[in-house]
Amino acid sequence: MCPAVGISTSVMNGLLLGIAVLFVQVFSSCTIALIKDYIHPRIRIPTYTLTIATWVTVIDLVLAAYVPVAYKAMGIFVKLIVAFAIITMRLEMFACKNTVTASFWDGLGMGLGFMFAMMTLGFVRELLGMGTLLGYDILGFRPLLFFALPAAGFFLVGLMMAMFNYIEVVYNRRKKGL
Amino acid sequence: MDRRHHILVCTFFIWVLLLTGCATEHRFVKKVAFKDKNKVVMTFAGPVDETWAKDVANYSVYEKQDPDILLKITDIALSPDKRTVTLTFEDALNQDQAHILTVTEMMSAGRSQGTAILTVKKLYFGYLFSILIGAMIINNFVFTKYLGLCVFFGTSQKKTTAVGMGITFTIVIVFASMMSWFLYQFVLKPYHLDFLQVVVFIGLVSLSVQAVDTILRKVNPALFKAFGVYLVLVIANCIIIAVPLILADNEYNAWESLMLSLGAGTGFLIALFLMSSVREKLELANVPPTFRGLPIAFVVAGLFALAFLGFSGMSIF
Repeated sequence: MCPAVGISTSVMNGLLLGIAVLFVQVFSSCTIALIKDYIHPRIRIPTYTLTIATWVTVIDLVLAAYVPVAYKAMGIFVKLIVAFAIITMRLEMFACKNTVTASFWDGLGMGLGFMFAMMTLGFVRELLGMGTLLGYDILGFRPLLFFALPAAGFFLVGLMMAMFNYIEVVYNRRKKGL
Repeated sequence: MDRRHHILVCTFFIWVLLLTGCATEHRFVKKVAFKDKNKVVMTFAGPVDETWAKDVANYSVYEKQDPDILLKITDIALSPDKRTVTLTFEDALNQDQAHILTVTEMMSAGRSQGTAILTVKKLYFGYLFSILIGAMIINNFVFTKYLGLCVFFGTSQKKTTAVGMGITFTIVIVFASMMSWFLYQFVLKPYHLDFLQVVVFIGLVSLSVQAVDTILRKVNPALFKAFGVYLVLVIANCIIIAVPLILADNEYNAWESLMLSLGAGTGFLIALFLMSSVREKLELANVPPTFRGLPIAFVVAGLFALAFLGFSGMSIF
Protein backbone atom coordinates (compact mmCIF):
# COMPACT_ATOMS: atom_id res chain seq x y z
CA MET A 1 0.00 0.00 0.00
CA CYS A 2 2.79 2.42 0.85
CA PRO A 3 4.26 2.77 -2.65
CA ALA A 4 0.77 3.33 -4.09
CA VAL A 5 0.89 6.78 -2.52
CA GLY A 6 4.59 7.48 -2.50
CA ILE A 7 5.69 6.51 -5.98
CA SER A 8 2.67 6.83 -8.27
CA THR A 9 3.52 10.33 -9.48
CA SER A 10 3.99 9.21 -13.09
CA VAL A 11 2.94 6.35 -15.36
CA MET A 12 6.55 5.27 -15.79
CA ASN A 13 7.16 4.90 -12.05
CA GLY A 14 3.89 3.02 -11.67
CA LEU A 15 4.83 0.70 -14.53
CA LEU A 16 8.31 -0.03 -13.19
CA LEU A 17 7.14 -0.70 -9.66
CA GLY A 18 4.30 -2.82 -11.08
CA ILE A 19 6.80 -4.90 -13.05
CA ALA A 20 8.96 -5.32 -9.96
CA VAL A 21 6.00 -6.48 -7.87
CA LEU A 22 4.81 -8.78 -10.67
CA PHE A 23 8.26 -10.34 -10.90
CA VAL A 24 8.59 -10.85 -7.15
CA GLN A 25 5.06 -12.21 -6.83
CA VAL A 26 5.37 -14.72 -9.70
CA PHE A 27 8.79 -16.00 -8.75
CA SER A 28 8.14 -16.32 -5.02
CA SER A 29 4.79 -18.03 -5.72
CA CYS A 30 6.58 -20.57 -7.92
CA THR A 31 9.39 -21.06 -5.41
CA ILE A 32 7.02 -21.66 -2.52
CA ALA A 33 4.86 -24.00 -4.64
CA LEU A 34 8.01 -25.96 -5.50
CA ILE A 35 9.32 -26.38 -1.97
CA LYS A 36 6.03 -26.43 -0.07
CA ASP A 37 6.39 -30.10 0.90
CA TYR A 38 9.69 -29.47 2.67
CA ILE A 39 8.62 -26.48 4.77
CA HIS A 40 7.77 -27.17 8.36
CA PRO A 41 4.41 -25.46 9.10
CA ARG A 42 5.78 -23.62 12.12
CA ILE A 43 8.49 -21.79 10.21
CA ARG A 44 6.46 -21.10 7.08
CA ILE A 45 6.10 -17.33 7.59
CA PRO A 46 9.87 -16.71 8.01
CA THR A 47 10.42 -18.90 4.95
CA TYR A 48 8.02 -16.77 2.92
CA THR A 49 9.72 -13.60 4.09
CA LEU A 50 13.18 -14.85 3.18
CA THR A 51 12.03 -16.09 -0.23
CA ILE A 52 10.47 -12.72 -1.01
CA ALA A 53 13.60 -10.93 0.25
CA THR A 54 15.76 -13.00 -2.10
CA TRP A 55 13.69 -12.19 -5.17
CA VAL A 56 13.47 -8.53 -4.14
CA THR A 57 17.26 -8.41 -4.02
CA VAL A 58 17.39 -9.89 -7.53
CA ILE A 59 14.97 -7.39 -9.07
CA ASP A 60 16.59 -4.55 -7.12
CA LEU A 61 20.01 -5.32 -8.59
CA VAL A 62 18.57 -5.82 -12.10
CA LEU A 63 16.71 -2.50 -12.06
CA ALA A 64 19.75 -0.69 -10.65
CA ALA A 65 21.85 -2.05 -13.51
CA TYR A 66 19.49 -1.53 -16.47
CA VAL A 67 17.39 1.55 -15.63
CA PRO A 68 19.59 3.54 -13.25
CA VAL A 69 17.75 6.86 -13.70
CA ALA A 70 14.27 5.54 -12.97
CA TYR A 71 15.69 3.40 -10.19
CA LYS A 72 17.07 6.48 -8.51
CA ALA A 73 13.67 8.17 -8.73
CA MET A 74 12.01 5.20 -7.04
CA GLY A 75 14.68 5.21 -4.37
CA ILE A 76 14.06 2.96 -1.44
CA PHE A 77 10.64 1.75 -2.57
CA VAL A 78 11.88 -1.21 -4.63
CA LYS A 79 13.59 -2.67 -1.59
CA LEU A 80 10.45 -2.09 0.45
CA ILE A 81 8.49 -4.56 -1.68
CA VAL A 82 9.82 -7.01 0.89
CA ALA A 83 7.35 -5.65 3.47
CA PHE A 84 4.36 -5.97 1.13
CA ALA A 85 1.53 -7.71 2.93
CA ILE A 86 -0.30 -8.79 -0.25
CA ILE A 87 2.58 -10.91 -1.51
CA THR A 88 2.93 -12.80 1.77
CA MET A 89 -0.85 -13.17 1.94
CA ARG A 90 -0.95 -14.67 -1.54
CA LEU A 91 1.77 -17.17 -0.65
CA GLU A 92 -0.05 -18.16 2.52
CA MET A 93 -3.46 -18.47 0.88
CA PHE A 94 -2.66 -19.94 -2.51
CA ALA A 95 0.90 -20.95 -3.33
CA CYS A 96 1.42 -23.25 -0.36
CA LYS A 97 -1.57 -25.37 -1.31
CA ASN A 98 -1.41 -25.51 -5.11
CA THR A 99 0.84 -26.72 -7.95
CA VAL A 100 3.56 -24.67 -9.57
CA THR A 101 1.54 -23.92 -12.72
CA ALA A 102 -1.53 -22.79 -10.79
CA SER A 103 0.65 -20.62 -8.52
CA PHE A 104 2.31 -19.09 -11.57
CA TRP A 105 -1.02 -17.96 -13.05
CA ASP A 106 -2.25 -16.79 -9.66
CA GLY A 107 0.89 -14.73 -9.15
CA LEU A 108 0.66 -13.31 -12.66
CA GLY A 109 -2.95 -12.25 -12.10
CA MET A 110 -2.17 -10.58 -8.78
CA GLY A 111 0.86 -8.81 -10.18
CA LEU A 112 -0.99 -7.56 -13.25
CA GLY A 113 -3.84 -6.30 -11.09
CA PHE A 114 -1.42 -4.35 -8.92
CA MET A 115 0.40 -3.01 -11.97
CA PHE A 116 -2.85 -1.84 -13.50
CA ALA A 117 -3.87 -0.03 -10.30
CA MET A 118 -0.47 1.66 -10.00
CA MET A 119 -0.56 2.77 -13.64
CA THR A 120 -4.07 4.20 -13.27
CA LEU A 121 -2.95 6.24 -10.28
CA GLY A 122 0.16 7.32 -12.15
CA PHE A 123 -1.91 8.22 -15.22
CA VAL A 124 -4.26 10.53 -13.30
CA ARG A 125 -1.50 12.13 -11.29
CA GLU A 126 0.85 12.72 -14.21
CA LEU A 127 -1.87 14.03 -16.49
CA LEU A 128 -3.43 16.38 -13.95
CA GLY A 129 -0.25 17.32 -12.14
CA MET A 130 2.27 17.85 -14.93
CA GLY A 131 0.13 17.73 -18.08
CA THR A 132 2.31 14.97 -19.52
CA LEU A 133 2.06 11.23 -20.15
CA LEU A 134 5.15 9.01 -20.10
CA GLY A 135 7.18 12.19 -20.29
CA TYR A 136 5.47 13.45 -23.49
CA ASP A 137 3.65 16.75 -23.32
CA ILE A 138 -0.08 16.12 -23.85
CA LEU A 139 -1.99 19.09 -22.54
CA GLY A 140 0.66 21.77 -22.86
CA PHE A 141 -0.17 23.24 -19.46
CA ARG A 142 -0.38 22.07 -15.86
CA PRO A 143 -4.05 21.81 -14.85
CA LEU A 144 -3.66 21.03 -11.15
CA LEU A 145 -0.13 21.13 -9.82
CA PHE A 146 -1.53 19.81 -6.56
CA PHE A 147 -1.68 16.30 -8.01
CA ALA A 148 2.06 16.22 -8.53
CA LEU A 149 2.54 16.88 -4.83
CA PRO A 150 3.03 13.73 -2.78
CA ALA A 151 0.10 14.62 -0.50
CA ALA A 152 -2.31 14.20 -3.43
CA GLY A 153 -1.61 10.46 -3.45
CA PHE A 154 -3.67 10.13 -0.29
CA PHE A 155 -6.55 12.11 -1.76
CA LEU A 156 -6.55 10.16 -4.98
CA VAL A 157 -6.49 6.75 -3.29
CA GLY A 158 -9.32 7.91 -1.02
CA LEU A 159 -11.33 9.17 -3.98
CA MET A 160 -10.77 5.96 -5.93
CA MET A 161 -11.91 3.86 -2.99
CA ALA A 162 -15.00 6.06 -2.67
CA MET A 163 -15.65 5.59 -6.39
CA PHE A 164 -15.55 1.80 -6.07
CA ASN A 165 -17.83 2.02 -3.03
CA TYR A 166 -20.22 4.16 -5.06
CA ILE A 167 -20.28 1.68 -7.93
CA GLU A 168 -21.02 -1.07 -5.44
CA VAL A 169 -23.84 0.94 -3.85
CA VAL A 170 -25.41 1.72 -7.23
CA TYR A 171 -25.05 -1.90 -8.34
CA ASN A 172 -26.72 -3.22 -5.18
CA ARG A 173 -29.56 -0.71 -5.56
CA ARG A 174 -30.16 -1.83 -9.16
CA LYS A 175 -30.16 -5.46 -8.10
CA LYS A 176 -32.73 -4.74 -5.43
CA GLY A 177 -34.84 -2.71 -7.84
CA LEU A 178 -35.05 -5.52 -10.35
CA MET B 1 23.63 4.14 44.62
CA ASP B 2 22.50 2.54 41.41
CA ARG B 3 20.67 5.65 40.35
CA ARG B 4 23.63 7.91 41.07
CA HIS B 5 25.74 5.64 38.96
CA HIS B 6 23.34 6.07 36.05
CA ILE B 7 23.34 9.83 36.36
CA LEU B 8 27.13 9.88 36.40
CA VAL B 9 27.35 7.78 33.25
CA CYS B 10 24.80 10.00 31.49
CA THR B 11 26.61 13.22 32.41
CA PHE B 12 29.86 11.70 31.24
CA PHE B 13 28.40 10.90 27.84
CA ILE B 14 26.87 14.34 27.48
CA TRP B 15 30.26 15.91 28.31
CA VAL B 16 32.00 13.73 25.76
CA LEU B 17 29.45 14.80 23.16
CA LEU B 18 29.81 18.48 24.02
CA LEU B 19 33.59 18.29 24.08
CA THR B 20 33.82 16.66 20.68
CA GLY B 21 31.93 19.73 19.49
CA CYS B 22 34.18 22.50 20.84
CA ALA B 23 37.64 21.11 21.52
CA THR B 24 40.35 22.53 19.26
CA GLU B 25 43.70 21.10 18.36
CA HIS B 26 45.91 24.04 19.30
CA ARG B 27 46.66 25.43 22.76
CA PHE B 28 46.62 29.07 21.69
CA VAL B 29 43.22 28.85 19.93
CA LYS B 30 40.49 28.51 22.52
CA LYS B 31 37.47 28.16 20.31
CA VAL B 32 36.51 28.15 16.68
CA ALA B 33 32.92 28.04 15.44
CA PHE B 34 30.54 28.99 12.61
CA LYS B 35 28.55 32.20 12.85
CA ASP B 36 25.65 33.36 10.68
CA LYS B 37 25.73 31.98 7.14
CA ASN B 38 29.19 32.91 5.98
CA LYS B 39 31.34 33.60 9.04
CA VAL B 40 33.84 31.75 11.19
CA VAL B 41 34.77 33.09 14.61
CA MET B 42 38.08 32.26 16.31
CA THR B 43 38.78 33.03 19.95
CA PHE B 44 42.42 33.16 21.04
CA ALA B 45 43.94 32.67 24.49
CA GLY B 46 45.75 36.01 24.29
CA PRO B 47 45.66 39.22 22.23
CA VAL B 48 46.93 38.89 18.67
CA ASP B 49 48.76 41.48 16.58
CA GLU B 50 46.54 43.52 14.32
CA THR B 51 48.86 43.52 11.29
CA TRP B 52 49.04 39.75 11.43
CA ALA B 53 45.33 39.24 12.04
CA LYS B 54 44.25 41.47 9.16
CA ASP B 55 46.36 39.65 6.57
CA VAL B 56 44.24 37.33 4.41
CA ALA B 57 47.30 35.31 3.40
CA ASN B 58 47.57 33.93 6.94
CA TYR B 59 44.34 31.96 6.68
CA SER B 60 43.29 29.19 4.37
CA VAL B 61 39.95 27.39 4.62
CA TYR B 62 38.52 24.43 2.75
CA GLU B 63 35.83 21.82 3.17
CA LYS B 64 37.17 18.57 4.56
CA GLN B 65 35.72 16.67 1.57
CA ASP B 66 37.51 18.63 -1.15
CA PRO B 67 40.82 20.13 -0.07
CA ASP B 68 41.48 21.54 -3.56
CA ILE B 69 38.84 24.25 -3.36
CA LEU B 70 40.01 27.08 -1.10
CA LEU B 71 37.20 29.30 0.14
CA LYS B 72 37.62 33.02 -0.47
CA ILE B 73 37.77 35.37 2.51
CA THR B 74 36.37 38.85 1.88
CA ASP B 75 36.70 40.49 5.27
CA ILE B 76 38.52 40.03 8.58
CA ALA B 77 37.29 41.72 11.74
CA LEU B 78 39.23 41.97 15.01
CA SER B 79 37.46 42.60 18.29
CA PRO B 80 38.64 45.55 20.48
CA ASP B 81 40.32 43.23 23.02
CA LYS B 82 42.15 41.60 20.08
CA ARG B 83 41.21 38.11 21.19
CA THR B 84 38.47 37.36 18.68
CA VAL B 85 38.88 37.25 14.93
CA THR B 86 35.86 36.98 12.62
CA LEU B 87 36.44 35.77 9.07
CA THR B 88 33.75 36.64 6.53
CA PHE B 89 33.54 34.52 3.39
CA GLU B 90 32.36 35.42 -0.08
CA ASP B 91 29.80 32.58 -0.28
CA ALA B 92 27.62 30.96 2.34
CA LEU B 93 29.33 28.01 4.02
CA ASN B 94 27.90 24.52 3.92
CA GLN B 95 27.79 24.12 7.67
CA ASP B 96 26.84 20.44 7.61
CA GLN B 97 30.38 19.71 6.43
CA ALA B 98 33.44 19.98 8.61
CA HIS B 99 35.82 22.71 7.44
CA ILE B 100 39.59 22.75 7.86
CA LEU B 101 41.05 26.11 8.81
CA THR B 102 44.82 26.59 8.66
CA VAL B 103 46.23 29.60 10.50
CA THR B 104 49.92 30.29 9.84
CA GLU B 105 52.41 31.83 12.29
CA MET B 106 50.04 33.36 14.81
CA MET B 107 51.65 36.54 16.23
CA SER B 108 50.81 37.51 19.78
CA ALA B 109 52.59 40.46 21.41
CA GLY B 110 55.43 40.14 18.92
CA ARG B 111 55.94 36.42 19.57
CA SER B 112 55.05 33.65 17.21
CA GLN B 113 52.66 31.00 18.52
CA GLY B 114 53.20 28.56 15.66
CA THR B 115 50.82 27.31 13.02
CA ALA B 116 47.42 25.79 13.83
CA ILE B 117 45.32 23.43 11.74
CA LEU B 118 41.78 23.63 13.10
CA THR B 119 38.58 21.76 12.35
CA VAL B 120 35.41 23.85 12.30
CA LYS B 121 32.19 21.94 12.70
CA LYS B 122 28.75 22.31 14.15
CA LEU B 123 28.13 21.36 17.73
CA TYR B 124 27.64 17.61 17.56
CA PHE B 125 24.87 17.58 20.12
CA GLY B 126 22.84 20.03 18.07
CA TYR B 127 23.46 18.00 14.94
CA LEU B 128 22.12 14.87 16.62
CA PHE B 129 19.11 16.78 17.89
CA SER B 130 18.40 18.04 14.39
CA ILE B 131 18.44 14.44 13.10
CA LEU B 132 15.95 13.48 15.80
CA ILE B 133 13.55 16.35 15.11
CA GLY B 134 14.04 15.89 11.37
CA ALA B 135 12.94 12.26 11.44
CA MET B 136 10.16 13.03 13.89
CA ILE B 137 8.44 16.03 12.33
CA ILE B 138 10.12 17.63 9.33
CA ASN B 139 10.54 14.36 7.41
CA ASN B 140 7.81 12.45 9.21
CA PHE B 141 7.88 8.95 7.78
CA VAL B 142 4.11 8.64 7.47
CA PHE B 143 3.13 12.05 6.16
CA THR B 144 6.10 13.02 4.02
CA LYS B 145 7.63 9.69 3.00
CA TYR B 146 4.41 7.66 2.84
CA LEU B 147 5.73 4.59 4.61
CA GLY B 148 3.99 2.25 7.02
CA LEU B 149 0.53 3.06 5.72
CA CYS B 150 -1.01 -0.41 6.19
CA VAL B 151 -0.43 -0.38 9.94
CA PHE B 152 -1.11 3.35 10.10
CA PHE B 153 -4.65 2.99 8.76
CA GLY B 154 -5.22 -0.32 10.53
CA THR B 155 -4.50 0.84 14.06
CA SER B 156 -5.56 4.47 14.09
CA GLN B 157 -9.22 3.95 14.92
CA LYS B 158 -8.95 4.41 18.67
CA LYS B 159 -6.55 6.55 20.70
CA THR B 160 -5.62 3.76 23.11
CA THR B 161 -4.74 1.37 20.28
CA ALA B 162 -2.82 4.11 18.52
CA VAL B 163 -0.68 4.95 21.54
CA GLY B 164 -0.06 1.27 22.30
CA MET B 165 1.02 0.58 18.75
CA GLY B 166 3.20 3.70 18.65
CA ILE B 167 5.07 2.84 21.85
CA THR B 168 5.60 -0.81 20.91
CA PHE B 169 6.80 0.25 17.49
CA THR B 170 9.26 2.80 18.90
CA ILE B 171 10.84 0.21 21.21
CA VAL B 172 11.16 -2.42 18.49
CA ILE B 173 12.48 -0.05 15.83
CA VAL B 174 15.26 1.30 18.08
CA PHE B 175 16.23 -2.24 19.00
CA ALA B 176 16.08 -3.58 15.44
CA SER B 177 17.82 -0.70 13.70
CA MET B 178 20.68 -0.58 16.19
CA MET B 179 21.23 -4.30 15.60
CA SER B 180 21.11 -3.97 11.85
CA TRP B 181 23.41 -0.94 11.98
CA PHE B 182 25.92 -3.01 13.92
CA LEU B 183 25.65 -5.96 11.56
CA TYR B 184 25.94 -3.75 8.48
CA GLN B 185 28.96 -1.80 9.71
CA PHE B 186 30.94 -4.72 11.13
CA VAL B 187 29.93 -7.71 9.04
CA LEU B 188 28.28 -6.82 5.74
CA LYS B 189 30.49 -3.88 4.80
CA PRO B 190 33.92 -5.32 5.63
CA TYR B 191 33.12 -8.51 3.71
CA HIS B 192 31.49 -6.68 0.74
CA LEU B 193 28.13 -8.37 1.21
CA ASP B 194 26.12 -5.16 0.70
CA PHE B 195 23.76 -6.88 -1.71
CA LEU B 196 22.45 -9.03 1.12
CA GLN B 197 21.04 -5.92 2.87
CA VAL B 198 17.38 -6.70 2.30
CA VAL B 199 17.60 -10.36 3.29
CA VAL B 200 19.65 -9.69 6.41
CA PHE B 201 17.61 -6.72 7.60
CA ILE B 202 14.24 -8.41 7.25
CA GLY B 203 15.60 -11.45 9.06
CA LEU B 204 16.94 -9.27 11.86
CA VAL B 205 13.66 -7.42 12.20
CA SER B 206 11.70 -10.66 12.55
CA LEU B 207 14.29 -11.88 15.03
CA SER B 208 14.14 -8.76 17.17
CA VAL B 209 10.34 -8.79 17.18
CA GLN B 210 10.51 -12.36 18.42
CA ALA B 211 13.15 -11.39 21.00
CA VAL B 212 11.12 -8.46 22.34
CA ASP B 213 8.09 -10.77 22.48
CA THR B 214 9.93 -13.40 24.54
CA ILE B 215 11.70 -10.94 26.84
CA LEU B 216 8.56 -8.93 27.53
CA ARG B 217 6.56 -12.08 28.26
CA LYS B 218 9.06 -13.12 30.96
CA VAL B 219 10.08 -9.76 32.40
CA ASN B 220 6.82 -7.85 32.47
CA PRO B 221 3.68 -9.91 31.81
CA ALA B 222 1.40 -6.95 32.51
CA LEU B 223 3.10 -4.88 29.84
CA PHE B 224 3.02 -7.85 27.50
CA LYS B 225 -0.72 -8.15 27.96
CA ALA B 226 -1.13 -4.49 27.00
CA PHE B 227 1.28 -4.38 24.04
CA GLY B 228 1.71 -8.00 22.92
CA VAL B 229 -0.98 -7.84 20.25
CA TYR B 230 0.78 -5.03 18.42
CA LEU B 231 4.07 -6.88 18.16
CA VAL B 232 2.92 -9.02 15.26
CA LEU B 233 1.85 -5.93 13.34
CA VAL B 234 5.26 -4.30 13.71
CA ILE B 235 6.73 -6.60 11.04
CA ALA B 236 4.12 -5.54 8.49
CA ASN B 237 5.26 -1.92 8.84
CA CYS B 238 7.68 -0.91 6.15
CA ILE B 239 9.25 1.90 8.24
CA ILE B 240 11.00 -0.77 10.26
CA ILE B 241 12.81 -2.03 7.17
CA ALA B 242 13.23 1.45 5.65
CA VAL B 243 15.19 2.87 8.60
CA PRO B 244 18.03 0.28 8.48
CA LEU B 245 18.26 0.81 4.71
CA ILE B 246 18.51 4.59 5.17
CA LEU B 247 21.13 4.12 7.89
CA ALA B 248 23.17 1.91 5.57
CA ASP B 249 22.84 4.31 2.63
CA ASN B 250 23.89 7.38 4.60
CA GLU B 251 26.68 5.67 6.55
CA TYR B 252 25.45 7.03 9.86
CA ASN B 253 27.44 6.36 13.03
CA ALA B 254 26.00 4.80 16.19
CA TRP B 255 24.66 8.03 17.75
CA GLU B 256 23.12 9.26 14.53
CA SER B 257 21.51 5.86 13.97
CA LEU B 258 20.04 5.89 17.46
CA MET B 259 18.61 9.37 16.91
CA LEU B 260 17.15 8.55 13.50
CA SER B 261 15.44 5.37 14.68
CA LEU B 262 14.13 7.09 17.79
CA GLY B 263 12.83 9.94 15.64
CA ALA B 264 11.19 7.54 13.20
CA GLY B 265 9.47 5.70 16.05
CA THR B 266 8.20 8.79 17.84
CA GLY B 267 7.22 10.34 14.51
CA PHE B 268 5.04 7.31 13.82
CA LEU B 269 3.58 7.65 17.33
CA ILE B 270 2.75 11.32 16.69
CA ALA B 271 1.16 10.52 13.33
CA LEU B 272 -0.93 7.71 14.81
CA PHE B 273 -2.08 9.88 17.70
CA LEU B 274 -3.09 12.79 15.44
CA MET B 275 -4.91 10.48 13.07
CA SER B 276 -6.75 8.58 15.80
CA SER B 277 -7.95 11.82 17.40
CA VAL B 278 -9.50 12.85 14.09
CA ARG B 279 -10.96 9.43 13.38
CA GLU B 280 -12.62 9.29 16.80
CA LYS B 281 -14.39 12.53 15.94
CA LEU B 282 -15.23 11.22 12.47
CA GLU B 283 -17.23 8.42 14.05
CA LEU B 284 -19.73 11.04 15.18
CA ALA B 285 -19.74 13.05 11.96
CA ASN B 286 -22.23 12.59 9.17
CA VAL B 287 -19.99 11.19 6.43
CA PRO B 288 -21.57 10.25 3.06
CA PRO B 289 -21.99 6.45 2.91
CA THR B 290 -19.58 6.00 0.01
CA PHE B 291 -16.83 7.76 1.95
CA ARG B 292 -17.37 5.98 5.26
CA GLY B 293 -14.42 4.06 6.68
CA LEU B 294 -11.15 3.99 4.75
CA PRO B 295 -11.82 6.55 1.97
CA ILE B 296 -12.42 9.41 4.40
CA ALA B 297 -9.40 8.27 6.44
CA PHE B 298 -7.27 8.61 3.31
CA VAL B 299 -8.59 12.09 2.63
CA VAL B 300 -7.85 13.12 6.24
CA ALA B 301 -4.34 11.70 5.89
CA GLY B 302 -3.98 13.78 2.72
CA LEU B 303 -4.89 16.91 4.66
CA PHE B 304 -2.35 16.03 7.35
CA ALA B 305 0.27 15.47 4.67
CA LEU B 306 -0.47 18.93 3.25
CA ALA B 307 -0.09 20.42 6.72
CA PHE B 308 3.21 18.61 7.25
CA LEU B 309 4.39 20.02 3.93
CA GLY B 310 4.66 23.29 5.83
CA PHE B 311 7.56 21.89 7.84
CA SER B 312 9.56 20.95 4.76
CA GLY B 313 12.86 22.70 4.26
CA MET B 314 12.96 23.82 7.87
CA SER B 315 16.32 23.43 9.55
CA ILE B 316 17.15 23.52 13.22
CA PHE B 317 20.59 24.81 14.26
